[in-house]
Amino acid sequence: MRPFTFERATSTQAAVKSAAEIPNSKFIAGGTNLLDLMKLEIEHPAHLIDVGRLPLAGIEDTSEGGLRIGAMATNSHVAAHAQVRSRYPVLTQAIVAGGSGQLRNKATTGGNLMQRTRCVYFYDSTKPCNKRQPGSGCGALEGLNRNSAIFGASHACIATHPSDMAIALAALDAKVETLSPSGQVRSFAATELHRLPGETPDIETHLIPGELITAVVLPPPPKGGQVYRKVRDRASYAAGLASVAIAGGNVALGCVAHKPWRAEKAEAALASGSSSAEAIAAELSEASNNGRNRFKIDLIARLVPVAIAQANGSQI
Amino acid sequence: MSSVSDWEATSNPVKENRAGNIGKAVDRYEGPLKVTGTAPYAYEVEPPSPPAYGVLLSASIAHGRISNVDTAAAEASPGVHLVWTYKNVPAQGPRPARYDFFTPSPRPALESERVHFFGQQVAIVVADTLENAQAAAALVKLSFETEPQSVIFHDHFDEAVQPPGESDTEIGDFEAAFAAAPVKIDDNWRTPLQNHCQMEPCATTAWWEGEQLTVHTSVQMVRFAQSSLAETLMIPHKSVRLLTRYVGGGFGGKGSFYEDLVLASLAARELGRPVKVAFSRQQMMHGTVHRPATEVRVRLGATAEGKLTAMSLMTTTHCDRRGNFTEHASNFARSLYAAPNRLTGHQLVRLDLPVASAMRAPGEASGTLSLEVAMDELAEKLGMDPVELRILNEPPTDPETGKPFSIRQLVRCMREGAQLFGWDRRNPKPGQVRQGRWLIGFGMAAAIRGNFLLPAKCSFTVDAEGVITVKQGMTDIGTGTYTVLAQIAAETLGVPLGDVRVEIGDSELPPAPGSGGQFGAATAGSAALDAGMNLRKAIAEIAVADLASPLFGGPSEDITFQDGVIAISNRSERLSDLIRRNRPEGLTAEGEIRPAADAGKWSSHTYGAHYVEVAVDTVTGEVRTRRMLGVFAAGRILNWKTARSQLTGGMIWGVGSALTEGNSVDPHYGSLINQDLAGYLVPVQADIGEIEAIMLDEVDDKANPMGIKGVGELGISGAGAAVANAIYNACGARVRDYPITPDKLLAALEAL
Ligand SMILES: Cc1cc2nc3c(=O)[nH]c(=O)nc-3n(C[C@H](O)[C@H](O)[C@H](O)COP(=O)(O)OP(=O)(O)OC[C@H]3O[C@@H](n4cnc5c(N)ncnc54)[C@H](O)[C@@H]3O)c2cc1C
Ligand code: SF4
Repeated sequence: MRPFTFERATSTQAAVKSAAEIPNSKFIAGGTNLLDLMKLEIEHPAHLIDVGRLPLAGIEDTSEGGLRIGAMATNSHVAAHAQVRSRYPVLTQAIVAGGSGQLRNKATTGGNLMQRTRCVYFYDSTKPCNKRQPGSGCGALEGLNRNSAIFGASHACIATHPSDMAIALAALDAKVETLSPSGQVRSFAATELHRLPGETPDIETHLIPGELITAVVLPPPPKGGQVYRKVRDRASYAAGLASVAIAGGNVALGCVAHKPWRAEKAEAALASGSSSAEAIAAELSEASNNGRNRFKIDLIARLVPVAIAQANGSQI
Repeated sequence: MSSVSDWEATSNPVKENRAGNIGKAVDRYEGPLKVTGTAPYAYEVEPPSPPAYGVLLSASIAHGRISNVDTAAAEASPGVHLVWTYKNVPAQGPRPARYDFFTPSPRPALESERVHFFGQQVAIVVADTLENAQAAAALVKLSFETEPQSVIFHDHFDEAVQPPGESDTEIGDFEAAFAAAPVKIDDNWRTPLQNHCQMEPCATTAWWEGEQLTVHTSVQMVRFAQSSLAETLMIPHKSVRLLTRYVGGGFGGKGSFYEDLVLASLAARELGRPVKVAFSRQQMMHGTVHRPATEVRVRLGATAEGKLTAMSLMTTTHCDRRGNFTEHASNFARSLYAAPNRLTGHQLVRLDLPVASAMRAPGEASGTLSLEVAMDELAEKLGMDPVELRILNEPPTDPETGKPFSIRQLVRCMREGAQLFGWDRRNPKPGQVRQGRWLIGFGMAAAIRGNFLLPAKCSFTVDAEGVITVKQGMTDIGTGTYTVLAQIAAETLGVPLGDVRVEIGDSELPPAPGSGGQFGAATAGSAALDAGMNLRKAIAEIAVADLASPLFGGPSEDITFQDGVIAISNRSERLSDLIRRNRPEGLTAEGEIRPAADAGKWSSHTYGAHYVEVAVDTVTGEVRTRRMLGVFAAGRILNWKTARSQLTGGMIWGVGSALTEGNSVDPHYGSLINQDLAGYLVPVQADIGEIEAIMLDEVDDKANPMGIKGVGELGISGAGAAVANAIYNACGARVRDYPITPDKLLAALEAL
């Protein structure tokens, strides 16, 4: 860990102001991801702005009949919330599929969205990594990359986004609300938050420097069933190999791309009456693989129809 | 020298177990300290004056040399006391040509410019705070020159050689018998490189007082580490006091010691102040030792009735370039099943990888994952029940040596296990039992693990309060040593458990070999029993000679020891009263154990049978264990609770070996892919459904004076194979490349 300075933000305005003014500063919320990365010297911010005590932990109804989840609401709090459980079960299921109880108690909604990849080459600072050190190359490309992307990967980076929660948010058509250092409030689709890697995998989101996530807003739940299914090597406390969130006719895939992946082709096929197997096959026709992650294509093809059936009330 | 018949013929308090301390589910002696976080592990020990902190730097190449070192910026960094690389580290004893487990020898740190494996320690920074040391470590500039590397095991099979001093063992004519056998199995199984993943990383706190060094560290073998450290530092053995009172897991990985111990000692001498050094989790993965990968070819030939006529296990494994450790995955098969024609052996590939060494049940843990699945496959080919096939091939004497078994209750383990588990409900046809998304399957496997006894000493002291203090240079690596020593002392001297103190983990105490090879309890415990018997004799002699004692005049052999009272029929007094009058400063006796001269006449093992129920999601390839039952025969059990915990812990390791655990080597960098516990997956609570270990009532009078054996490594042996067999029974797919992860199982399912 390198030396850094620390401040506890007193208001959202003060937080973004500091972020804009102090070079190489970062927000810290639950710290469950950022602190690990700092200890490993993968991230070395000069200044930390603790946003964890900002009054952004509430969960309230919106006038549109949806739910507004403050960026500081913990994963445990959101997952256990009565409205979330009854109206957005896919979100509860996704959150509890992540990490462990201890992590979810600390992890926040904003921090979860902003967590960084679990690519093992990103974590090992003796390896080249364009995300950690732009221009150094990608250690995973020719390496043991079983858990790499099958959609939207570039030759610069094949990492996936590890959030479970974000997959459910993508399927629920959630919006992200932010405050920028200039005082501007923005609201955009959660699926627009993350970028594909392209040539600049170090730039992971469309946030501008110093922009703070203040809330996630859920519209009323779509008609139809919801389910989250995550496939993993062990029963708990493991990153996914593949996951899928179904909310009505919406399908989002996890562990397959640098961002939560809305399976729009599959959705369109479903809407036009294709079987779920045909629909996911349409989506996967665009997938690529490097041999080691090929199983993900088979896995998604098998998993999605079962998840759709499950969302539709099948007992499987 | 004692003989096995002496042990068999002689009764003793542990065998008699009058107070019932032996076998009881006694809570851990040091449990309250551990669960309240007040047991000081090596890094937490408070030295006599404020310490400095060392941070190690590791090589980022697998093979080559350090071509340039620039420590100027680090040395100028705030709070830095010293920066050492091979260029300026103080002189140390020379590394021997080869290491072995029991001969102390120097282990010099930062030895030369040569890099032998990825993650080898190449520099240390010591500063006034850990933070300053870490910040300075980031400023050390090391350049490396790489040389061609061989790191992928399966690419170098053509370089495999027989381990030095070994040869294949053949009985009869295996090839001919195998060729002639009407029913055959011939397959290869792969197990991956595994890391011990102890919770507590290697760590040392060291300080000097004049010429005298004190180190608190985390190792399994006290005397070995103490003597080797002294030889590394080139100082007399007696100048080093090594303590290791609490060890947060060893599993073989702390059988030796590492740079934390050597460099903390050297830096403390250089700076004239205490120094603390610990490995990071990443350094634990590369910089300690691992269980090497294996490929085992199993060939079984049987008659149509299921009698084995030919059996062969041939293992290929790897070790580091300079090592000679061999994962003896074929050895256990020499004692398991009868077959007139047998061939077993090992081949070793030397690679530019970190050091291979022992990990929980070395040999058995890997080897049973092949043979015990091959037996399942054979049973299916024969249309036999896997339990019956094993029983049919049960040998009357050791099938390889012809020696009688000291005791062998494998069949009883299998039969009782089958009954308790409900094995008769197993559908022998795979893929038949569905529950919602899951296909359910049952599997079983036999367990076997060798039994050992090594020389050890111990001392017992009774003080004027009647409190017994056990002293032994033994370790408790989480197994329960403290507790079982206390139980033996309480039973032997007839005092309440609460009146026993145990001091271990200190090189100044009577030496014991330490923890490893599941020999700990038998070895340390037998020496303790002897010390206890000698103390009884010494107490008795004083009592019958003391005019003030009601026991005066004896006969001394009739004295009983019970509830802190010594008595000859109705003449009695408190033990504390006798000692207070005669030996107010306390009375000490020593004891020891040596292997019996004729111990080699018997084939001595621990045995068991595993039964497992798994659920397989055929859509995703996920496997979850639902029920596990192990039935074990491992001699007299000293403590039901700690023994059960060892056995179920081993079984859980078996689940890990079957389903999740393993590390892969990056082909370009020669590094291990999983460098933390988020990537290296050991089972978590949710992976283990119901789990039970049953211990048969058994006494192995030929094993040692107490008739006990080890349990630390038995539980893992065979457990993973039972899981693999259950997977097959559930879904009809066999994966012979462990761990059986969803991607591999899906491929196997698709190939059906
Ligand atoms: C062992 C382990 C296993 C895990 N397993 C899973 C898993 O299975 N599934 C899963 O989904 N996750 C998993 N996680 C990740 C975990 O969910 C994240 O660490 C957590 O959600 C991050 O939230 P936080 O509040 O602690 O973020 P922090 O660590 O505080 O911050 C993370 C990042 O978000 C930024 N940030 C925080 N808040 C804001 C904000 N309001 N606006 C803008 N930027 C912000 C920070 O600057 C930082 O870059 C795991 C983590 C660990 C350590
Ligand atoms: S895949 Fe991306 S994160 Fe992983 S090493 Fe390559 S560039 Fe870095």
